Amino acid sequence: MTIKKMLLASIAIASVATPFAVSAETADKRIALSNNYAGNSWRQAMLTSWDKITKEAVSQGTVAAADAFTTAENQATEQAAQIQNLILQGYDAIVINAASPTALNGAVKEACDAGIVVVSFDGIVTEPCAWRIAVDFKAMGESQIEYLAEKMPDGGSLLEIRGLAGVSVDDEIHAGIQAGVEKNPQFKIVGAVNGDWAQDVAQRAVAGILPSLPEIAAVVTQGGDGYGAAQAFAAADRPMPTIVMGNREDELRWWKEQKDANGYETMSVSIAPGVSTLAFWVAQQILDGKDVEKELVVPFLRIDQDNLEANLENTEKGGVANVEYSLEDAQKVIGGAN
Amino acid sequence: MKLSSGAIRLVIPAVSLAVLLAAVFYMQPRAMSYTGLNLLFNLAVPIALATIAQMLIMSVNDLDLSMGTFVSFTACVTATFLQTSPAIGILILAGAIAAYAALGVIIHIRQLPSIVVTLGMSFVWGGLAVLLLPSPGGAAPGWVRWIMTAKPPVVPMAIVASVIIAAITHFLVMRSSLGVLIRGVGGNQRSVERAGWSVVGLRAAAYAMAGFFAVLAGIALVGLTTSADANIALRYTLLSIAGVILGGGEFVGGRVSPIGAVIGALTLTLAGSFLSFMRISPDWQIGAQGAILIVVLALRLFLNRLEKREKNP
Repeated sequence: MTIKKMLLASIAIASVATPFAVSAETADKRIALSNNYAGNSWRQAMLTSWDKITKEAVSQGTVAAADAFTTAENQATEQAAQIQNLILQGYDAIVINAASPTALNGAVKEACDAGIVVVSFDGIVTEPCAWRIAVDFKAMGESQIEYLAEKMPDGGSLLEIRGLAGVSVDDEIHAGIQAGVEKNPQFKIVGAVNGDWAQDVAQRAVAGILPSLPEIAAVVTQGGDGYGAAQAFAAADRPMPTIVMGNREDELRWWKEQKDANGYETMSVSIAPGVSTLAFWVAQQILDGKDVEKELVVPFLRIDQDNLEANLENTEKGGVANVEYSLEDAQKVIGGAN
Repeated sequence: MKLSSGAIRLVIPAVSLAVLLAAVFYMQPRAMSYTGLNLLFNLAVPIALATIAQMLIMSVNDLDLSMGTFVSFTACVTATFLQTSPAIGILILAGAIAAYAALGVIIHIRQLPSIVVTLGMSFVWGGLAVLLLPSPGGAAPGWVRWIMTAKPPVVPMAIVASVIIAAITHFLVMRSSLGVLIRGVGGNQRSVERAGWSVVGLRAAAYAMAGFFAVLAGIALVGLTTSADANIALRYTLLSIAGVILGGGEFVGGRVSPIGAVIGALTLTLAGSFLSFMRISPDWQIGAQGAILIVVLALRLFLNRLEKREKNP
């Protein structure tokens, strides 16, 4: 009798406890991060976010381990060898920020064949057996024009600052901006320069083209270049246009100064380096047996006039604005794709 | 203990490979299996081929700084032309080998430093690779993929391939008369010349053979990765030089060892895995890799000295 009671009690406890222990299925699973490069503030923030979120997950028993590996040199052959080592080390899932979209496919295939879940993000891999968390750069470009169309219904002349020539990200954001301008013909791009996602390059380029331009209503950018553009406009003593910002700390700080001084209004779009944590949760969900689409789209980070202060506060000096994702966020992204 | 100097040269690379392998097996028992060995060593196959190519250049006292970009270029050709229209692909690769032979001729006739010429060529090969594949892509020809992922019984493909490469090149360089002459050019060019041989022809032959093995390296690499990009093998320049030296070769004097070179390439690959299993932070990994190299080289210097002392007591 007592044994029966005990059994019943334990079943009751188990059924009550289950909803809380959401990831008991993955408690013994080990996830590895294979990263190809750690040499800039964005990648550093990405690794810090990974560290922070996965440490919590490990201490809560969601997963057994979540180790980060970075190759010593940013080379595809080295990362391929690293992935093969991770297979040997018996990880259940490998999260990859890849040095090349194609050159790792052989190693990724080996991992899939060994029954390992492979999730790629930011630098994605094309091997069909892997999951991809891609950024919708085109939407990022288009959203800038949409914001401007709302802010200035009469339209005006735009200056476009592009990124590094020949890189696919630059092409995609540019395509988004063009699509936005086509939909809102009241805007006209009167000039374009390459700012290489760097303040100093952007400042030089904008200063060079400014004398030949009519009055500029707004500057559309790709991130990392907004502060330099603002400096160029200030130096040329031209009226300050609406400059769309990225997520660097100096851009946000300048925006805040202007906002306090004269009520300057703009917005910021960027990719949060915390996308690594989204990839972590997606891998965890797949290990948990969830049905997840192979192609996922990561939302970009948008900062507006009213949440500027909050974001600036969370951003380290010289760092980048960031968002870390939770399990619920990941489930939302997965649900959106299904 | 009476060992020939050639055997002593081979002992150190072989022992260091065995020690590293034992350490890896100890840390990661999973590696001690058919698939485990294959995963550990399959990326060493293209490196071994590139090392052999570098060794052939070094056997005539030259150095090839374009090895990485050249292998990248041949990888791009493999993933594009060799896959879509094999005839044109083979033609391009044959042309590339001919270009290597021509380089040998130019370097010899104009008495140019090979380092400068090959450094210049590295930009040419790099540019051609970007022209072929402006963005990463292409696909491995089916037969290449089949060879590189073949599963022979008992011994994994990576080991079989390494043994075959070592055996063939050992015969070619150490046993055939052409090999002896090529090494002779490195050892004493004037005596080879006085004996009536064409040193231009020998240098061209050495370069052409190097080009051939580098082409094989590119093909093997694509067979493993399934596709290429223009920067896929940039690291091979330094890896191949380190592999030759680690395997008992020397920069001058035509003293090279094909078996040692293959072992050297395997050791370099294994050193990377070893450090990764040790969980050494990436900031220290390059340094640690260098430390392994220095330890092995120091051992060799020590043995060389012993060898000399035995010769002149």
